[in-house]
Amino acid sequence: MNIFYLPRRDAITLAVFALVVLTMPIWLVPFGAAYPGLMQKFAIFAIFAVGYNVLFGLTGYLSFGHAAFLGVGSYTAVWTFKLMTMNVIPAMIFAVIVSGLFALAIGFVSLRRSGIYFSILTLAFAQMCYNLAYSVLTPITNGETALQLTINDPRVLDLMFSERGAGLPSPSLLGQGMSGIEAFYVVAVVLLIAFYIAQKIFVSPFGMMLRAIKSNQTRMHYTGFNTRPYALTAFVISGMYAGLAGSLLAATDPLAGAERMQWTASGEVVLMTILGGVGTLIGPVIGAWLIKYFENIFSGFNDAMLHHTFSWLPQGAQDVVVAITSKFVGEGWQLSLGLIFVLVVVFLPGGVMEGIRRFSSIFRNRREPGPTGALKTSPAE
Amino acid sequence: MTLLKRGLTRRRVLQTGMAGIIGSGVAPLMFTKGAWAQEFCNNPTGDTVTLGFVMPLTGAYADEGADQQRAFLLAVEHLNGEGDGGLLPTFSSKVLKGNGILGKKVAYVTGDDQTKSDAGRDAARRMIERDGAIMISGASSSGVAIAEQALCQEMGVIYMAGLTHSNDTTGKDKKRYGFRHFFNAYQSGTAIAPVLGEAYGKDRRAYHLTSDYTWGWTQEESIKNATEAMGWETVAAVRTPVGAGDFSQYITPVLNSGADVLILNHYGFDGVNSLTQAVQFGLRDRQANGKDFQIVLPLVSDLMAQGAGEAIKGIYGTANWDWQLDDAASGAFTRSFGAKYGQPPSQIAQTSYVQALLYADAVERAGTFYPPEVIKALEGFEFDGMGNGPTLYRAEDHQCLKEVLVVQGRENPSTTFDVLQTVQKVGRDVADYDASIFEGELGPYDAALCA
Amino acid sequence: METILAQLLNGLDKGGAYALIALGLTLVFGTLGVVNFAHGALFMLGAFCAVAFRQFITYETVTLDPTKLSPWGAPLEIKTPMAQIWFGDFGAVLINWSVPISILLAIPVMLVIGIAMERGLIKHFYKRAHMDQILVTFGLAIVLQEVVKAIFGANPISQPMPVELRGSADIGAMLGLTPGMVTYPIWRLIYFLFSASIIGAVFAFLRLTTFGMVVRAGMADRETVGILGINIDRRFTIMFGLAAVVAGLAGVMYTPLVPPNYHLGMDFLVLSFVVVVVGGMGSLPGAVAAGFLLGILQSFASMTEIKAIIPGIDQIIIYLVAVVILLVRPRGLLGRRGVMET
Repeated sequence: MNIFYLPRRDAITLAVFALVVLTMPIWLVPFGAAYPGLMQKFAIFAIFAVGYNVLFGLTGYLSFGHAAFLGVGSYTAVWTFKLMTMNVIPAMIFAVIVSGLFALAIGFVSLRRSGIYFSILTLAFAQMCYNLAYSVLTPITNGETALQLTINDPRVLDLMFSERGAGLPSPSLLGQGMSGIEAFYVVAVVLLIAFYIAQKIFVSPFGMMLRAIKSNQTRMHYTGFNTRPYALTAFVISGMYAGLAGSLLAATDPLAGAERMQWTASGEVVLMTILGGVGTLIGPVIGAWLIKYFENIFSGFNDAMLHHTFSWLPQGAQDVVVAITSKFVGEGWQLSLGLIFVLVVVFLPGGVMEGIRRFSSIFRNRREPGPTGALKTSPAE
Repeated sequence: MTLLKRGLTRRRVLQTGMAGIIGSGVAPLMFTKGAWAQEFCNNPTGDTVTLGFVMPLTGAYADEGADQQRAFLLAVEHLNGEGDGGLLPTFSSKVLKGNGILGKKVAYVTGDDQTKSDAGRDAARRMIERDGAIMISGASSSGVAIAEQALCQEMGVIYMAGLTHSNDTTGKDKKRYGFRHFFNAYQSGTAIAPVLGEAYGKDRRAYHLTSDYTWGWTQEESIKNATEAMGWETVAAVRTPVGAGDFSQYITPVLNSGADVLILNHYGFDGVNSLTQAVQFGLRDRQANGKDFQIVLPLVSDLMAQGAGEAIKGIYGTANWDWQLDDAASGAFTRSFGAKYGQPPSQIAQTSYVQALLYADAVERAGTFYPPEVIKALEGFEFDGMGNGPTLYRAEDHQCLKEVLVVQGRENPSTTFDVLQTVQKVGRDVADYDASIFEGELGPYDAALCA
Repeated sequence: METILAQLLNGLDKGGAYALIALGLTLVFGTLGVVNFAHGALFMLGAFCAVAFRQFITYETVTLDPTKLSPWGAPLEIKTPMAQIWFGDFGAVLINWSVPISILLAIPVMLVIGIAMERGLIKHFYKRAHMDQILVTFGLAIVLQEVVKAIFGANPISQPMPVELRGSADIGAMLGLTPGMVTYPIWRLIYFLFSASIIGAVFAFLRLTTFGMVVRAGMADRETVGILGINIDRRFTIMFGLAAVVAGLAGVMYTPLVPPNYHLGMDFLVLSFVVVVVGGMGSLPGAVAAGFLLGILQSFASMTEIKAIIPGIDQIIIYLVAVVILLVRPRGLLGRRGVMET
């Protein structure tokens, strides 16, 4: 059997997904989001969320510390740029390796506990990484200022072949510059590969094993399986995905700051996964896009733009409407996000994906109404 | 929604990689005016020019960010000929007429940097890539300013730094496209050391608490060097995390450390918190080594002083500008700002406002938005009438050289805004220093195509 | 010696806040079995009770004095707090003591908020997985803090302590050491005593009242108590309200130490969870002990001498302790077996 084989349904999903991702510069135009910086973020955080879902979605282990691996990946990538070459491929490889090693160490310890104890352990490790990166590890991380390239970096590999330029070099892929729209396509292709690998994991016997851990770990133990190596593998894989995402962040913008390791950043990927639909392949991607869209576009709305939007209303009503809506956009975008999140958890535990499923089942079963949203997740504790 | 629509015309979307997709019938939608006519990043082709303002609206420096935003909006107003014109009449260069920049009306976009480098860069990128900002200005933290400045260098967009006081901004991390009007920690050290020696004696033992990032480190170093040069001793220098809130666990060890001066290298809310907490700990009522214990806040602003209330009284620090200065320009700016917002401007408002005007002026004098020409117009520019006395934008490191104020918390403030008094104006000749004492290179002039 | 004593005091007052928050968190967990990620937000709401109260009584009337001009040429504004107009000198006293007085406001407000939270949202999550509870309360925490941000702004709002309680007390002299060697801010000492007495009161309530006895019985075996015909749900709801009050009071009294902003809750949330886990999920004495323990450890780790040996230890000590305890004693210091485990 071909190792690249995918079940027909998954292959279709991948094809559609590829089309959607690659045409982003077109269909995002009406949303005001078709600029490279944001589209790159869409693709990068989709990778992060897809990887996170391999752990959380399949095994049910809720990690509150995955941002640490993202940060480690970024730092590794920037250091690779500084010391070796501006080519992004070594940076990505090193970032995945190093964050995988971090994940191995942290996962090995954290997975000794389950449920909320596991969550707290990952949270504690991530916060330690963050606090150290901010303070005593400054020689490595450059602390709050964030690690950046300088003109006088060694870059041994690059400088063997070419002279030092006058300005700062920028990351490249096989001589092709990595900026703007080119960078988006590079990141998008990486996302498609990452998505494909996740699909393979989902349908593999290993993926079945992970789902079994989620549904009943005790039974697994009784049947003689040692689940920990499987969970640890999932943890490391998701850590590597996070590291890959981190390296791409650095590749599109060669700077690595400690903030991206903070626990709120870890919380964000949890939000993405839940919002989109935990345990599904597409869900986390949608969640990541929604949150990044909110963060970048919603947060940019200001009162003047609202007044413009509602200019068809009479003056008094306009002021009232603007005063109310302004609390939910601009600086208040997180309020909208929080509300949506709460509503999703309460009414749509399967996230956007469950919403879509329910919606389509209404049409499909119009004559024979069956149980909707029957997919109930019960994560391991 | 005009600001959003600018996103539709992003020509970078077209330029590369899209050839295959354009054939699919959506293409007509994408062709918009002037899409191919750009020879440098965000060349304004319409009748408006967009400036991008990034400031901390949340986080440890949010107070400063709010005032910065007020100043930028005021500057835009004045550039467009609205309001009372502010500093346009007093500014020594007379090319700004209040008809926008090169006849184009000034539009702006704003963003929150959350006092974080990552978020600041994201916001700046959004403004450059999506909103077509020709210039970025802002930041109230040196860490953020340095990160944004590096981005702007790559993108080929001029960066007019807001409040950034680290030596690195125009030292180790200086950039050809980055300019700083604010003074720096080195100048603070030069200015404040003699005043401290005079007031507290030359045989003091100092304890530093330092914000753990580029600004804190360089200020600690500069103040340490300047005070040690006149005979002070440094007992300890302890780093504290930015935005810590409660500094008590760092203040308790000061009590019995043998120090008799506490130097707080903190800014914004950190400075307010650490100062008020240090006063609560009774440090100022203490005796140590037979002398009265003293606290110094080397970089202080009106906003911090208002936040600290009682605690600021008698505390020495340095400032870039103060609204109570009696020159014509300072008066004009205070009137203009006060009339609009009902409160006097703080130093961050002044530096941000002046930076916006200086950029506009440089463009007018260069006669083009082409960044290399604008940079050349700013480099070595000598001007006056902005509230700081005669000022030079030094070409070697893009640092403004001007007077530095040594200020002290007022004992009996007449109003809630009258919190700092200027005890000494340290002349530009004294505050001057050799640009070559800091390493770093400016980099090339070459215009970039937004990346 | 003096340094160690000072550092110990600092640990106690820091620990007081941690212990109070962890106590409330544990009360909710022990009674309702809910992991409440919004508990930090309750602490923050308490702090903003104090802010709101002060803003209310210091609401100013503005009269213009045309004879004097402000520096920007407008007539000078003279502001008088309403409380002073209404109550005269008593108004001034009210403003001076606003923080302690706002405790009276915070108790009913936090009780109502707590009960509303439980009845309105959390009630629906008893039968769902712990993960769902964490997620919904996490979302709720975001909503609450953003609402506060929308109302009060993003900036910290400082709350002055009463003039009489400013300054510091000479603890060293009281203990017979050299005067002036160990001084400590009065308000921080009050904070410690305040948290100790609240903790005492909660324990007394649970131990000495019939209500408390029923609640404890319910914590041990909810079904049996229910079969006995006692409406345990209503009592548990009230316990949720009580937990909110405890968190809120901790927040009120904390305001003079660090000016509160909307983010205060999140800053404390992570810490308090670590505290609860270290103490042992579901163990009230464990939460209190761990709160003080971690406060003291954090304070000592910040000493220059300690930092010289292990750089950066002040930044990670709390998490390090949490990791070690969870690995060595999986159920925390005083936790019971089988809580939150499969």
